[in-house]
Amino acid sequence: MAGDLKDGLIVIVGASLAGLRAAEALREEGFTGSLTVVGDEPHAPYDRPPLSKQVLLGQATADTLELPMRRDPDAEWRLGVRATGVDLLAKRVLLADGDSLPYDRLLIATGTRARPWPNPEEGALDGVFTLRTREDGAGLAERLAARPERVLVIGGGFTGSEIASACRELGLAVTVAERGPAPLVGALGGTLSKLAAVMQRNHGVDLRTGVTVTALNGNGAFTGAQLSDGSRVEADVCVVALGAIRNVEWLAESGLAAGPRGIACDAGCRAFTMYGIVTDDVFVAGDVSRFPHPLFGYQMLSLEHWGNAVEQAAVAAHNMVNPGPLQRPHLALPVFWSTQFGLNIKSVGVPTYSDHVVIAQGSLEARRLAMVYGYQGRVTAAVTVDMAKALDYYRHLIETAAPFPPPPGAQDRAIAADIAIPSAVPDPSVLSHGPTVALTGHLPDRRLTVV
Amino acid sequence: MVEMRTVVDLTRCQGYAQCVFLAPEVFELHGEEGLLYATAVPDDQVERVRQAAAACPVQAILLGEEVSTGGR
Amino acid sequence: MDSATLLARITDYASRPNPYPLYAELREAGPVVPQADGSYLIGTYHHIAALLHDPRMSADPRTRGEMTHKPPFLRLDDPEHHRLRTLAMRPFGPPHSPGRVDGMRGEIDRITEALLEPFEAGHQVDIVDDFAYPLPVTVICRLLGVPHEDEPLFRAWSDAIVAAADVRPDDESAEPDKGGDQARMELGGYLLNLAEQRRGKPGEDMLSAFVNEPDPALRLTPEELAETAVLLLIAGHETTVNLIANGALTFLRQPEQLDRLRREPELLPRAVEELLRYEPPVHMRERIPHADMDIAGTPVPRGVPVILALASGNRDPQRFPDPDRFDPARQDNQHLGFGSGIHACYGGPLARLEAYAALGALLPHLATASLVQDPPPYRQNAMLRGPRHLPVRL
Ligand SMILES: Cc1cc2nc3c(=O)[nH]c(=O)nc-3n(C[C@H](O)[C@H](O)[C@H](O)COP(=O)(O)OP(=O)(O)OC[C@H]3O[C@@H](n4cnc5c(N)ncnc54)[C@H](O)[C@@H]3O)c2cc1C
Ligand code: HEM
Ligand code: SF4
Repeated sequence: MAGDLKDGLIVIVGASLAGLRAAEALREEGFTGSLTVVGDEPHAPYDRPPLSKQVLLGQATADTLELPMRRDPDAEWRLGVRATGVDLLAKRVLLADGDSLPYDRLLIATGTRARPWPNPEEGALDGVFTLRTREDGAGLAERLAARPERVLVIGGGFTGSEIASACRELGLAVTVAERGPAPLVGALGGTLSKLAAVMQRNHGVDLRTGVTVTALNGNGAFTGAQLSDGSRVEADVCVVALGAIRNVEWLAESGLAAGPRGIACDAGCRAFTMYGIVTDDVFVAGDVSRFPHPLFGYQMLSLEHWGNAVEQAAVAAHNMVNPGPLQRPHLALPVFWSTQFGLNIKSVGVPTYSDHVVIAQGSLEARRLAMVYGYQGRVTAAVTVDMAKALDYYRHLIETAAPFPPPPGAQDRAIAADIAIPSAVPDPSVLSHGPTVALTGHLPDRRLTVV
Repeated sequence: MVEMRTVVDLTRCQGYAQCVFLAPEVFELHGEEGLLYATAVPDDQVERVRQAAAACPVQAILLGEEVSTGGR
Repeated sequence: MDSATLLARITDYASRPNPYPLYAELREAGPVVPQADGSYLIGTYHHIAALLHDPRMSADPRTRGEMTHKPPFLRLDDPEHHRLRTLAMRPFGPPHSPGRVDGMRGEIDRITEALLEPFEAGHQVDIVDDFAYPLPVTVICRLLGVPHEDEPLFRAWSDAIVAAADVRPDDESAEPDKGGDQARMELGGYLLNLAEQRRGKPGEDMLSAFVNEPDPALRLTPEELAETAVLLLIAGHETTVNLIANGALTFLRQPEQLDRLRREPELLPRAVEELLRYEPPVHMRERIPHADMDIAGTPVPRGVPVILALASGNRDPQRFPDPDRFDPARQDNQHLGFGSGIHACYGGPLARLEAYAALGALLPHLATASLVQDPPPYRQNAMLRGPRHLPVRL
């Protein structure tokens, strides 16, 4: 009975961006039943991107990041409580405090956590941080405000690069250690990663590429680190920015298709069981999900993108309260942004799903450009540097599977706009940080897997 | 009165900077088009942020109260 | 009727009071409607928005072979457009001068108040001449550093420039309008002269800032300074006057919305956006393809004018539910009133502050006022559309 979908019991596990937006959307969609949101952090849903930007720069404090609500979702909030399992047959979510919650439909939005330093003892040294939560942000901001002699950032992905940028803006000495050949190479490929490296060095970052950190030193407090090239970095703060781990362990016994790459779901956000059978009462949204996208060969995408959490939460909520024929697919193109070293970097599509790139507009010298990515002769992604207004055009090309390279006639066209060069997206396993986008399916000529 | 919060959907933002013009104490351009903002909106800036939210050409700015999670 | 005559019918002065049915016809015939004069007319929201973001669309009249000297950045393409817009932004907005426009709130309020002082119950006033025109003129004069007393002087030049820039069907037999170029030169010379007087004696105004820029890499050439100053002076007031006048007209025609705004003044910022959608001051913009293009299935050759009817896009039911309704609380209002893409209006925030102040202060007066003439007499211009006079009894 379709009418019943607007009523009943809905439980959302994960009280962050995706969880909140889904809760609001459920009410917007006319859900009048009982709604419970479970979150293991003891806080109202808050926003994470400012943690590596405004919070470190002192423009916002970590305790003012609560997300404004679009409307009151009129939910019961079970905060500071961890979900420990799901009983798919009994339709109950088990909680760490011994309680269990019955549901008619369940949304899983447990996101990711920071990948910790592999050696727990070294990771526990005072002055060693990861950055994922409010507490992490508050602690790191306080340390930076106390003006350390040097900060070591391990990992040159987006988060690591943003932290390094903030340090330089605060006038702090900073070393970035990246296993790959340049920062951001895993997300953006060879050409733009070279620009990223130049930007870091121009801003006074001590950038070490092609190295790994082999040990963190200190007696109680962090004092420096050993690098694989035999050198040592003296520093009093260390930020481990090695990417994220999906919060799926609590589902290990559930029978859902939950693994290190996330929880697999279909285009309608419905979770798969481990047998590859789609459920109709368990939905997934946000960083923890893995979903197929038709524009990228139906490969399963795992995104750690703010915008994806918002879009997918809306689709999941819609599908939770609407019968099959009225359900919608999650087809939004991935979009990502990062602000670092005074540059605004935005991407649309999946840059790693590429074999060639062209600089379509602007130039590396001007630090202002639009780079277009192609795969097998069609446009699959675009990245702009300080040219965000150009992004809509390229988004349209991706959506329409337009031929690569893009058509001639663009103003501010780069001299080399017709000269496609290899995108040089490396195998993610050579990077320190995980790729922000991971293609986890199989292609005839290349195969990317998640770290 | 509870202090208001703001969040900008930076996936939509195209750097038109209308918000920076209208509420320069809350929104700030970092470089030519990177947008940073204070997440807590002081009472005397609420009117300005409301104007910024209405003016944003891509409707990327959300101003509101944090969700009330009961008790906390 | 023949859709190839739509541009001629829209620009015909008789259509000025209500061009909206013609826009509906345009969308129906569209999306890309070839015109008798060889141009193409487009009135559907999504196509207009896409073309405003399309890097192959040039804003430069030289792309269609027009012989003219270098235009101001409104009509240049990137990267030159970007360079000049960024330089012109330095004394006006972020990142260099983020507080500049916000800092004018008090002054705008004072000017508004002074203009409204003679507005007494029982009097007949002209909302355009007595209010909507003098407000933005005074503001842009202060901002640029132009003596307000010179208004009669630059008004003649401004009228000529705006008339020449209007959209009209291309008529082979007509003499090319040289009055606009002449006025542009004269107004440019006048503004350049004002700027020169400030060299070494910088004030708070923008002309001072331009002429006293210490960094040679950030300095405008005299020609660029003249073109930019002309653009700012004209764009700074010829549009805002229409917004304020259209606002007053819309409120007077819809007293229930006027009441609502008086009860819920916090709706004003959104009401202003709705006005920019519902009765936009700028109705059309021209672009010229740099390359042969296919627009929604219609081949459009390079070098021919493509007219984007922004005001029609704003009423497109494919984008806005119930588009012909004025709804001051409308959500999801991504209108095209200020354009979009790289040429999106430079002065939008200033225009908004003027509209908030002007319409906010006018509301109590309008509550007891009535239109003397409906529709009011319109300006000749089809691109910058608005009432020439708006007589109202208070
Ligand atoms: C420092 C930083 C900077 C970022 N910058 C950007 C950026 O510039 N651009 C961008 O697009 N994205 C950025 N992101 C990513 C963005 O924040 C995420 O995409 C977004 O937070 C995903 O939301 P989510 O709700 O899916 O997951 P999360 O925000 O990870 O939320 C999941 C929630 O579930 C809780 N949880 C986990 N397991 C359980 C359990 N068993 N029981 C109960 N609760 C549980 C978690 O504690 C957490 O509160 C950044 C992230 C970080 C950390
Ligand atoms: C309600 C008032 C206004 C409206 C409706 C308006 C509308 C517009 C529109 C539609 C454009 C885009 C033109 C195009 O794409 O070809 C534009 C551009 C522009 N406007 Fe405005 N405008 C207004 C007020 C102002 C003010 C007050 C100023 C100056 C202080 C100004 C300065 C400019 C400039 C310089 C451009 C060119 C921008 C560029 O090409 O990059 N405008 N305006
Ligand atoms: S007004 Fe909107 S698009 Fe412009 S900078 Fe602000 S948030 Fe971004």
